[in-house]
Amino acid sequence: MQIPSELCYTKTHEWARRDGQEIVVGITAHAQEELRDVVFVELPKAGKPVKQAEPAAVIESVKAAFDIYAPVSGAISRVNDAVVKSPQLVNQDCYGGGWLFAITPGNAEELTALMSAEEYAKQLQAQPH
Amino acid sequence: MDYALNTGEQLQEMLRTIGVASFDELISTVPAELHARRLEIPDGLSEAEVIALGEGLASANRSLAQMTSFLGAGAYHHLIPTVVDALAARGEWLTPYTPYQAEASQGTLQAIYEFQTMICELMQMEVANASLYDGASSVAEAAVLALRATERPRLLISEAVHPHAREVAATYLSGAAAVIQEIPTVDGVTDVEALKKALGQDVAGVIMQQPNVFGCLEPMAQASEAAHRAGGLFIASVYPVSLGILQPPGAYGADIAVAEGRCLGSPVAYGGPGLGLFTTTQALVRRIPGRLAGCSVDQAGRRGYTLTLQTREQHIRREKATSNICTNEGWLALRATIFLSLLGPQGMKELAALNLEKAHYLHQRLRELSWIRPAFDQPFFNEFTVEYEDGIKVDAVNRALARAGMVGGFPLKNWYPARPQASLWCATERISKTQIDALIEALKGVR
Repeated sequence: MQIPSELCYTKTHEWARRDGQEIVVGITAHAQEELRDVVFVELPKAGKPVKQAEPAAVIESVKAAFDIYAPVSGAISRVNDAVVKSPQLVNQDCYGGGWLFAITPGNAEELTALMSAEEYAKQLQAQPH
Repeated sequence: MDYALNTGEQLQEMLRTIGVASFDELISTVPAELHARRLEIPDGLSEAEVIALGEGLASANRSLAQMTSFLGAGAYHHLIPTVVDALAARGEWLTPYTPYQAEASQGTLQAIYEFQTMICELMQMEVANASLYDGASSVAEAAVLALRATERPRLLISEAVHPHAREVAATYLSGAAAVIQEIPTVDGVTDVEALKKALGQDVAGVIMQQPNVFGCLEPMAQASEAAHRAGGLFIASVYPVSLGILQPPGAYGADIAVAEGRCLGSPVAYGGPGLGLFTTTQALVRRIPGRLAGCSVDQAGRRGYTLTLQTREQHIRREKATSNICTNEGWLALRATIFLSLLGPQGMKELAALNLEKAHYLHQRLRELSWIRPAFDQPFFNEFTVEYEDGIKVDAVNRALARAGMVGGFPLKNWYPARPQASLWCATERISKTQIDALIEALKGVR
């Protein structure tokens, strides 16, 4: 299972990465595997305020619909239109082309409070689902 | 499963548990005038006597079979070809419960799929669902969809949208932060200038009805364009029978088109049931409420039907579902499907033309009476508003007509108190020239 060491992680299986002034967000390899084939991604509008640990987007797979939670508070700065057109990108390249949205954080401290790759790996071992 | 009645003892036990002394006490908060009157059946009657008693009471009702009705106002008396009843009454169709189990429900699913296809063709829209409760709940669901899709808080609705639909929409949104603003009318149609002034970046959608509640034809294309220019959705509530002649909602760019579909093969019955039609553009497909039947292929490549896009629905998406409606008016939708397949596009055109002609003849004849004048100078389909001279009461005219076996126009003051003299008249294809001529004779005697 791929868990890139440079990313931060949430308990709800999102990853977050600092990119200049933005925090880029996607879902982990474990999450996309559990979801199975993603068929639809509903992303927020740019500019929309989001709160840490509250739903910001929805992913539908052949199994069900899932909320995607914002790893940090702030405002949506960009969204990935490519996954709206090709939802399978979330399965094929969840840490790259399958990213979902970027947030301009209100409080950068929130990012450092997220899990490291090591901690996330431990969580997966402790509760694999 | 057998239906087992509660015993008196069980009833007492239930009443004791919830802490009331009697059933009457339990319903004491319901105003007395709304209670059903108890049927007075004397003790010791034989079965035949009780049946005779029931038949005697039932014969006090007057049905559309006995009366000539010029009543419309949202519920229209149309011909139902005998084939509709003959096919729809087949046992296979009489359990139209949600066909989750595709392998056991191919017939029902195909019927829904065909229904959706026909409704799309009729409305010239891209997607239709499997139906909703009635036209009013379709309007309300369209309002909710517009608010969600645009993430804007304000809705504009014409005051010429059927008041029942406006009331249901208000009820749906009573717990939401949304604001519904009514747009006034000028000479019987929505005031487009007022509409344009009310539009803004916070408007989720504009809701209009064609023909509107006064029977007048609205400038739908103009309103649709204005709504879109402000970034809102345009929602059209239409009368399916009129689409044989009027432009379909798809032609003027409606994002959501809804209708009361009972006029397609189902009778006007006291209070219902109705058939809610609900259609949208492809762009809104994931936000549609209710069931959708889709066509696919099985493992062997054979065509098959199944419910689709269920992740919108509450059994999967829980509180984030697009709507809490899962059900549909399956049997009425089936009747509409049979009706539409019998008539076809040409039949719908002829049906609409008949309605248009009858109503215009009625309009022309009513104008011959000195105390009746048209309320508006607008084109209309099969319904129109007239006003009676002061001193002539709409209700009194209707009482006199009822004695002559006719149902007169709908008193609009019930919905628009500022129009005490207005009466809404309708003539469908069920009305003959002879009946209209007889009506005019009867009205001459009223004065």
